Amino acid sequence: MAPGVTVVTHDHSAAHADRLEPSLTPGNLGKLGMWTFLAGDAMIFGAAIAAYGALRINNPNWPVPADYLGITTPAVMTFILICSSFTMVEALDGVQHGKQSKFQMFMALTVLGGLLFLGMQAFEWHRLIAEKGMSVQRDLFDATFFILTGFHGCHVFGGVMYNGVLLIRAMMGKIPQAKAGLVEVAGLYWQFVGLVWILIFTFIYLI
Amino acid sequence: MSSTAAVAAHGARAEHHAPGFWRTYVFSEDHKMIAKQFLFMALFMMSIGGLMAMLMRWELAFPETQVPGFHWVPEPFMYDGAIPPNTYNAMFTMHATIMIFFVVIPILVGCFGNFLIPLMIGAREMAFPKLNMLSFWVGAVAGVIMLSSFFVTGGPAAAGWTSYAPLSAVAIYTGVDWGQNLWCISIIVLGASSLMGSINYIATIVNMRTRGMYFFRLPLAIWSLFITAILMLLALPMLTTALALLLFDRMGGTHFFLPSGGGEPLLWQHLFWFFGQPEIYVMILPAMGIVSDIIATFSRKPIFGYRTMAYAMVAIAFLSWIEWGQHMFVSGMNPALGAAFMITTMIVAVPAAIETFVWLGTLYKGNVHYTAAMMNALAFVAMFVIGGMSGIWMASAPVDMYLHDSYFVVAHIHYVLFGGSLFGIFAGITYWYPKMFGRMMNETLGKIHFWITFVSFNCTFFPMYILGMAGHMRRIYNPQQYDFLTPIIPINEFISISSFVLGAAQFLFLANIVWSCFRGAKAIDNPWHANTLEWTTPSPPPQGNWRGTVPIVYRGPYEYSSPEVAEDFLPQSQSIEHSPAAPD
Repeated sequence: MAPGVTVVTHDHSAAHADRLEPSLTPGNLGKLGMWTFLAGDAMIFGAAIAAYGALRINNPNWPVPADYLGITTPAVMTFILICSSFTMVEALDGVQHGKQSKFQMFMALTVLGGLLFLGMQAFEWHRLIAEKGMSVQRDLFDATFFILTGFHGCHVFGGVMYNGVLLIRAMMGKIPQAKAGLVEVAGLYWQFVGLVWILIFTFIYLI
Repeated sequence: MSSTAAVAAHGARAEHHAPGFWRTYVFSEDHKMIAKQFLFMALFMMSIGGLMAMLMRWELAFPETQVPGFHWVPEPFMYDGAIPPNTYNAMFTMHATIMIFFVVIPILVGCFGNFLIPLMIGAREMAFPKLNMLSFWVGAVAGVIMLSSFFVTGGPAAAGWTSYAPLSAVAIYTGVDWGQNLWCISIIVLGASSLMGSINYIATIVNMRTRGMYFFRLPLAIWSLFITAILMLLALPMLTTALALLLFDRMGGTHFFLPSGGGEPLLWQHLFWFFGQPEIYVMILPAMGIVSDIIATFSRKPIFGYRTMAYAMVAIAFLSWIEWGQHMFVSGMNPALGAAFMITTMIVAVPAAIETFVWLGTLYKGNVHYTAAMMNALAFVAMFVIGGMSGIWMASAPVDMYLHDSYFVVAHIHYVLFGGSLFGIFAGITYWYPKMFGRMMNETLGKIHFWITFVSFNCTFFPMYILGMAGHMRRIYNPQQYDFLTPIIPINEFISISSFVLGAAQFLFLANIVWSCFRGAKAIDNPWHANTLEWTTPSPPPQGNWRGTVPIVYRGPYEYSSPEVAEDFLPQSQSIEHSPAAPD
C-alpha cells in the first residue's frame, strides 16, 4: 500500500496523528476543488455551444460569421489570451522556484493580457453595435454571438480579478514559495478560460 | 507541507475555542450543523409544498368550491376561498418546484451528504468548510427568492415545473411576469449552491478518507452520494444555461425559444431533460444508498452483492445521460430518435432490477428487526418497484403516446419520489436521528406515522394509475368539465380524502422530530449495533467528529453476523486477530 498522508492535530491530552488514505492531489485540496468546478463550468459552456449549434443548423439564413464579423480583432485577442496563458505558466514556475520577482512580473503580465483582451472585446462589441447595428433583439445570430462571447468575457473578468488579487497579495509578500499551490489553482482556471476561448473563436468566428 | 500546518492550525483552533452563537448555529462551518440547517429548511419548505398539494386535491375533488378555512386569502389568489385557474396553475408549478428543488434534494444531498460523508469516511470536516457554509446560505437565498415570487403582481410561476417554452417564455401566455423571472433566478442561484456542494462532496470523498477506507470499503450511502455529486455537478449547469437563455427571452428580447424569431421551442425541452434525467436519479440514488445501509443493518446480514450494488448505481448514473428523450416522445422529435431513447430507457430497468434483487437477497433469511427505520426502508423497496414498473410502461413509446401528460405520469413520479425518495428520507432521518441529535426518535410514534403514511400514500397515488388509463389529463383545473371523466369523479374524491390523511400524518413525523429532540431517550454511541464509522463516536459527535485519532478501517461496512466474533456485528474500525490485510 502506498504510504498515506499524516495529519497532525493538537490536543490537550496528547498529540495525536490521524492517518489518511493517500490524497489524489497531495497537499493541495484546492486543486481537486478547481478541477471539479471546471468540469461543471465546462458543462455550462457545452450546453451553450450545443444550443448555438442547434439554433444555427435550423436557421438556413445564418450569415458566414468570418465575413460578417471580421476576424482581425478576434485573432489578435486570441493571440493575447494565448500569450497570457504562457505568462501564467511562467509565473507559476517563478513562485515554485522561489523567484518572487519573476513570479510577480509574469503575474502582472497575465493580468495585463486579460485586461487587454477585455478592452479589445469591448471595442469589438462597440464597433459591431455601432456599425452593423447588432443587438440581441435583432436575430439569433446576434443573440448567440453576444451571449457566448459575453459569458466568456465574464469568465475573463473573473480571472483578471482572481489573478489581480493574487498579484496584490504577492506584492504584499503573502505568497511565498510554500503557497505556490494557490497560483497553480488560479492557473488551472486561467488555462480553462483560454481553452474555452479557442472553442468559441472557432465556432463563433471561424466556422 | 503547507496543508499539514494549515490543518494543524485549524484543529488547534477548533479544539481550543468554542465558537459563539452565530458561528455555531447560523454561520456554522461544521458539516453536522450545516446538515441540520438543510434539514430544517427543507422541512419548512415541505410544509409549504404540502399545503399546495392539499389545495390542489381539494380543487380536483370539489372543483370551484370554497376551500374550508381559506376565506382570508386575498383576492387575486383566491376568491372567498375558491381557487381560480391561475392560482391552480401556480400551485402545481410551485408544489413540484419546491418539493424537488427545496425538499428532496436538500434533504438527500444537503442534509445526508453533509452529515454522513465526513462521519462515514473518517474525516474531521468537509474539504472546504467555508464553501460548505456558503453553499447552504446561497441555497437559502434561492429559497427566499422562490417564496418571494408569491408576493409579486401576477403571482408565482405557472408554467409547470418543467417550464416548457414558449409557454414560459412570454409573460402574457401564463399571465405571470415577475413570478417566472424570479423562478428562473432562484433556480440559477440554487444551481450555484449545489455546484459548491458537489465540489465539496467530491473533494472530501476522494481526498479525505481515513486509512484503510478504500473505495470498495465505502458504505453504499457514500457510494450513492459520490455518484450523485458527480451527476449534480455535470447536470445542473445544463439547466443554468437553459434558464439563462429563458431569462434573456423573457427580459432581454431574444428569441432562443420563440419560433417567431427563428428560435427552437424543442431546444428548451432538450436542454431541460438533458439536465432533468440525471436530476431524477439525483433524487433517488442517495435514497437507494441509505436504504441499502439500513436494510443490511436491520437484516443483520452483509449486503447481498456490495460491488454489484455500487456498479449498478454507476450504470444508472451513466445511462441517465443518454435517455432524456423519453420525456419527449410526443414532442415532434424524430421518431427514429424516439426508438433509440426507448431502448436506452428500458435498459435502465436492468441495473434497477439488480438493485432490487440485492435488497431482497439481503433480506432473505435475514434476522430482520422491524424498527421504524427498517419499515420505511422496506416501503421504499416496495414502492420503488411499483414506480419502476410503471416507468417501463412509459418508456415504451407507443404506450407513452397514450399515457403522456396523464395522471399515469403523476402516479409514477409520486411512486418514485414520494414512495421512493421520501420513504428513504423517513428511513434515513429515523436511522441517523440519534447521531444527529443525541436522542432516539420515538419508535411508537414513528411506526404509527409509517403505517398511516404507507396506507394513505397507496390510497392516494395508486388510483391515479387508473385515472391516467381512463384518460384523465394532468394539470387540469376542473376534471368535471369533461363528460368522459364524470364516471371517475368518485375516484378523485377518494384520492383527495386519502391525500388529506396523508398530509395530516406528516405532522406526526414533524412532531416526532421536535418531541424526540427534547424528550427522546438518550442515544448511546451505537444504538443499532451498526458497523460504519459514524457509530464509533459519541452521539452527537463532538467538534472534529472523533476524540483522539480518527479510526482506521480494517474491512467493508457490512460484516454482520460474522463467524469471527461473538456479537452479530463487526465494526469497520475494529481490529481482530485474524484481520486480513491490516493497514500499517
